[in-house]
Amino acid sequence: MSGPSNYQPKSALGRWVHERLPIVAFAQDHLMSFPTPKNLNYWYAFGGILAVMLVVQLITGIVLAMHYTAHVDMAFSSVEHIMRDVNYGWLLRYMHANGASMFFIAVYIHMFKGMYYGSYKAPREILWMIGVLIYLIMMATAFMGYVLPWGQMSFWGAKVITNLFSAIPFFGEAITTWLWGGFSVDNPTINRFYALHYLLPFVLAGLVGLHIWALHVPGNGNPTGINVKSSQDTVPFHPYYTMKDAFAIVVFMLLFAAFLFFAPNYLGHAVNYLPANPLVTPAHIVPEWYYLPFYAILRAIPDKLGGVVAMFGSILILFVLPWLDTSRVRSGTYRPIFKQFFWIFVLVCIGLGYLGSKPAEGLYVVFSRILTAYYFLHFIVILPLIGLLETPKPLPSSISDDVLAKKKPMVPAE
Amino acid sequence: MKKTLKTLIAATAGICILAGLALAAEGQKDAKGVSYSFEGPFGTFDKGQLQRGYKVYKEVCANCHSMDYVAFRNLAEQGGPGFNEEQVKALAATFTVRDGPDSAGEMFDRSGRPSDRFPAPFANPEAAAAANGGAVPPDLSLITKFRPGWFGTFNQLANGIGGPQYVYSVLTGYEEASEEIKKEMPEGKSYNPYFANGQFIAMAPPLVDGQVEFDDGSPNKIDDMARDVSAFLAWTAEPKMEERKSMGFMVMIYLAILAGLLYFVKKKIWHDQH
Repeated sequence: MSGPSNYQPKSALGRWVHERLPIVAFAQDHLMSFPTPKNLNYWYAFGGILAVMLVVQLITGIVLAMHYTAHVDMAFSSVEHIMRDVNYGWLLRYMHANGASMFFIAVYIHMFKGMYYGSYKAPREILWMIGVLIYLIMMATAFMGYVLPWGQMSFWGAKVITNLFSAIPFFGEAITTWLWGGFSVDNPTINRFYALHYLLPFVLAGLVGLHIWALHVPGNGNPTGINVKSSQDTVPFHPYYTMKDAFAIVVFMLLFAAFLFFAPNYLGHAVNYLPANPLVTPAHIVPEWYYLPFYAILRAIPDKLGGVVAMFGSILILFVLPWLDTSRVRSGTYRPIFKQFFWIFVLVCIGLGYLGSKPAEGLYVVFSRILTAYYFLHFIVILPLIGLLETPKPLPSSISDDVLAKKKPMVPAE
Repeated sequence: MKKTLKTLIAATAGICILAGLALAAEGQKDAKGVSYSFEGPFGTFDKGQLQRGYKVYKEVCANCHSMDYVAFRNLAEQGGPGFNEEQVKALAATFTVRDGPDSAGEMFDRSGRPSDRFPAPFANPEAAAAANGGAVPPDLSLITKFRPGWFGTFNQLANGIGGPQYVYSVLTGYEEASEEIKKEMPEGKSYNPYFANGQFIAMAPPLVDGQVEFDDGSPNKIDDMARDVSAFLAWTAEPKMEERKSMGFMVMIYLAILAGLLYFVKKKIWHDQH
């Protein structure tokens, strides 16, 4: 998409640098003049919001790491030390803990946006797959981060999740022992989780770089799903989208601040303020809210190995989504049948999240099974079939025509 | 297709109602809905109440419960009970703290200093259990954060988890057990339907009317002392609450103004495209 650069160094120093490392040209091409479809709506702002949240998590996390102690006897009290004695430690910790939740809210909206507008379709399959990989690593990072305060839910959550690997035939027990670094969740476990929790965000940052690279090869998708045809269809990224995204980011920060300052513990579990005790199991072991749909899927299958396979399968299936959707039309806006199934799918995911928060008994299990079956049917049966059977609405001839058609009633005669 | 959607919404609503019923049927009794000065986005601690609560804690709770994460110096910090430095020195000095080893390698006792954490009543959990019929009295520093008084996703969003209310309700919630319940009650336990771990609690009713004398002659019925000490425990769990809320208020205003300005900047920039 980005043709030859039109950057011209203005000074001798600028020219000297440009000949050796054209970094200014690169920045200008990709952050400033990058041609971007002019019809992006606010759902497209969540990519920028996610980039900001990653930076927030990195900065707060690095400072927290300066005060935290990864040891079974000291982790919990070092977190209380941060909350009570470190200057603005309470702010850093609440930012980091609520920031994780905000990160997931944004990533879920970003993913649903991609599903609705068919952002994963050719030529953006690799862009989508890198996104799924980012999501997977985010989940692992958040899980290990939740273990670090070493409260009751940290400990028992770690125990439940690591125990999943024991379902693997033949090597299960050995793998679990290897993950723990011993024969139970103990000091080696918290130490390695800390090391990985510090490492993985930088892996994420690298993957985000690849994600943006893969985005900048074909250029941004857009709500109509049709390709950019002329310069009439685009605006330079700066100032149009830098300012639009900045507005969206600040509105998102308002939501973040509302939780951070006025309900900082709402999204966590009360019982995690009780230090880990391997001898006392909490009444309900529940993961953080962002894992709940997958937890429901895990428990819906009566067989342990089957549950683990279904849970990982429910995420891995996203990797092949570009090939499961058979429709040639990208955007859900022009797909009347798909659109309805999309919203049903959103409701099913929310329903699974709700069921994941409930004990695995009685009707909850029945509903979990129905919704789990539907989750997979959506990808394996419904999406391929709609693509073949549905008659899409006519597409606009170009992005700028579509923008003009929508604005017409508002433009006074000139 | 619309029908499918409606069916699904109806089913989801059905699950929610069932869940509500299921939750109501199990577990502890919902805590009493007493209100405190520190609730809501602008609520602050009542310094007098925290000072009275400290006295109840010191004279009653501290005999069995530890308070590992709070130091005497915290009592003089901003957003707390508001004792002055001299008072804190005097309060700390009323405790004896085990310190050492000294240069001869011996442990020794000294009087408390403001930098000391509240001393624990027992040397270790085993000693605490042995002295309390096998049950370790939980550390109170964070009790209002780890024991919810009520449940429900939306209830907790609107009303908080009800931690201080939980403490108040347990302290005032001892009841004469019916003959039926008495048959199941283990030796040495009391009946308290508000308790989180089953309805039988190892702690005997800790308060009696008039037990703690307040310097300013404030009322000291069980109800008053339970309110004061539960407010004090809300502060020990979240000592930076006042700073957090006041900073939050400023941050929200700042972000709201910034969002407004950015909106108009964006509108102006996009003007020629519309």
